[in-house]
Amino acid sequence: MTTRIDVTLTVNGERVSRSVDTRLHLVDFLRSELGLAGAHTGCEHGVCGACTVRLDGEPVRGCLVMAASLDGAVVETIEGLSDSGEILDLQEAFVARNACQCGYCTPGMLVTAADILTASPQATREEIREHISGNYCRCTGYQAIVDAVEDVLKARAAKREAA
Amino acid sequence: MKWPAMGYARVESLDELWRALDAAGPEAQILAGGQSLLATLAFRLSAPSTLIDITRIAALKGVSVAGTVLRIGALTRHADLARDPLVARHAPMLAEAAPLIAHPAIRNRGTIGGSLALADPAAELPACVVALGATLVLASRAGERRVPAADFFQGLFTTALDAGEIITAVEVPVATATSRQTIVEVTRRSGDYAMAGLAAALEVDGGVVTSARLVFFGIGSGAEVARGASAALTGKALSAETIAAAQAALDGDLDPPTDLHGGPEMKRHLARVLIRRALTAYLAPTEQAA
Repeated sequence: MTTRIDVTLTVNGERVSRSVDTRLHLVDFLRSELGLAGAHTGCEHGVCGACTVRLDGEPVRGCLVMAASLDGAVVETIEGLSDSGEILDLQEAFVARNACQCGYCTPGMLVTAADILTASPQATREEIREHISGNYCRCTGYQAIVDAVEDVLKARAAKREAA
Repeated sequence: MKWPAMGYARVESLDELWRALDAAGPEAQILAGGQSLLATLAFRLSAPSTLIDITRIAALKGVSVAGTVLRIGALTRHADLARDPLVARHAPMLAEAAPLIAHPAIRNRGTIGGSLALADPAAELPACVVALGATLVLASRAGERRVPAADFFQGLFTTALDAGEIITAVEVPVATATSRQTIVEVTRRSGDYAMAGLAAALEVDGGVVTSARLVFFGIGSGAEVARGASAALTGKALSAETIAAAQAALDGDLDPPTDLHGGPEMKRHLARVLIRRALTAYLAPTEQAA
């Protein structure tokens, strides 16, 4: 039985090669092998969304992806999204609206919110709620989170109109 | 909890898959999207010796139409079902079902083949394919066979899949001008498993129901065909009275077990509510208001 697999993938724009244990899921791989601790391990069975990262351009549950399966994949974590500046406005809105609170759900929440900003730029407040419904905030800060996402949607729409 | 130790093999063709299954032995499991399977590992509800990753097999991908059949490859993800124009046009129930399945991050990984192979009694897609009269294409080293969806599901988490066999595609008869198909469900929170759900496929010609297949999920051991309620609609003009007759016939159809959500009476009540919600949309606006 082979329990170690060699994988080469791109994480936040950098090529990395590792021999990974087949028991390892994507989030533990990021945290323990690469030192990228932004994505959090929460429930580890796909319910809470704290581990949400971007895989091949789309948000996924990091705890429901085998690291061993990732040869050739492109992964972006909250560190990558922060460094690129892609979600700077979203991060600022989270601070302005006090949408972080304890901060545990924030990385996953931001990755999920970033997805709706690009996938449905006209989203209503109800659609924002629906979109983030798979991400738990245990401080129950949803109102502020939805406010922050809505602010950014509106600001980006205004910017597009002005352009 | 962390996953148990296990082997992992990645295959890129069906031939490679048959060889890997032989090499790995009977305790191996197929890994597609993994959105249920990998969670069961964390719960230690399953302990495969090896996971065989089929996600790179090109033959299991793609959606196409040939004649009157929409062919959906087993690796088609829920997110793909939601946005594929062929699915929207030819099997609108599946396009409508996809957003009801879990949350965006899970829909980006979970596959139709995986969902059908698991046969979770509360899942949307098994009920949909039974309601749509779909056919499942199964393959093994011995070749291919086709099984009607209604015969594929055999009970709680049990299917007609033999050892060494996988779902390669789902074949759905394309919707016609007379097709009316919809899915409705009641959940405590958006994306949760349904407390009760209904996949309803009707043929309505000149206001008369020429065929009906009402299939419930989340209320029994699998996709439950409500034969009495379906029969109560067939041959009748669709009206508030026929909907009431279908609701009344439900009592003979359903024998819901108690689950986390509630007891049999609550499930029966929800089933009646779902019939009304699903079918009222097909009434004339004046009747809907009444």
